[in-house]
Amino acid sequence: MHELGIVKHVIKTLHDVANENNVRHIGSVTLEVGEVSGVVLDQLVDCWNYFREKDALVKGAPLFVEKIPAVTFCTACENKYDTVAHGKTCPACGSTETYLIQGNEFSIKQIEAEVNEDA
Amino acid sequence: MIKVIELKRTITDSNDRDAASLRRELTERGIFLLNLMSAPGSGKTTLLSRTITDLAGKARIGVMEADIASDVDALRINALGAESIQVHTDGMCHMDAGMTRNGLAGFGSESEIVFLENIGNLICPAEFDTGAHRNVMILSLPEGDDKPLKYPLMFQKCDALIITKMDAAPYFNFDLDAAKRRVLALNPQIRIFPLSAKTGEGMEAWENWLLQEWEKQKHA
Repeated sequence: MHELGIVKHVIKTLHDVANENNVRHIGSVTLEVGEVSGVVLDQLVDCWNYFREKDALVKGAPLFVEKIPAVTFCTACENKYDTVAHGKTCPACGSTETYLIQGNEFSIKQIEAEVNEDA
Repeated sequence: MIKVIELKRTITDSNDRDAASLRRELTERGIFLLNLMSAPGSGKTTLLSRTITDLAGKARIGVMEADIASDVDALRINALGAESIQVHTDGMCHMDAGMTRNGLAGFGSESEIVFLENIGNLICPAEFDTGAHRNVMILSLPEGDDKPLKYPLMFQKCDALIITKMDAAPYFNFDLDAAKRRVLALNPQIRIFPLSAKTGEGMEAWENWLLQEWEKQKHA
């Protein structure tokens, strides 16, 4: 269960951020997830909804996910194309000398935070 | 007061920092840590058993076995007289730097080279830095020469690839040249060692690489 581990890592990172910014409670979390990052979003949200109730810092916080489409660049003809539809082979020239330029991201974009006033 | 904090932090950020500090600590303690990854049943424990026996007198090797449950692998290593520790991940599909650090705390000062036998899985272990000095992957011959096409990240992350069970070559359609070509296309720096831990064929090249990299690490 890959998503379980990912949620634990997200929460750990949020604790680091909270310590650095004097955050008392996190109201919501927004992730950026690439289309080919290998994460199953439904499972990710289920794991989040389970774990957020066990941790005072993120208790009740909804998880928002922004998807980033996967795009591959062809070094032979400099075409950019949809990775999910065509994989490693460029649909324009047939070359396999291609690489992913976006779509494997997995990052925490932003949080809504309640900050201690006396900071 | 509520405010929006822009982070743009990758999810592995805290683990990456933890891993970097573990790597420095291990270097200071004089431990050379290798993260060994593969699919289940690829022959990790058999390869390590043979390596430990072959290098007896040259290097004291310890093994940290990570499994979801059970301790059968650790018992096999213990039988050779090598230091071994069983770590359970309690259902998690990979080891991270924190788990590795906790596991290593159980080692005495006996082992100079430690192998972390990661969970048998080619996806998640590739994404989490364990703090190891080198990453090594095992591909066993019966798994097929097309594995690099299916799990590219794993091949990109590794310093060395060991192709095990070469003694079974007559019984499988495994194209070694095609496998090498596919791996090198993903990672031109990777070292590839086809071998059989059963017959001993190819073991020396792998063991020499291991000793060389250890030597490099001592002077890093």
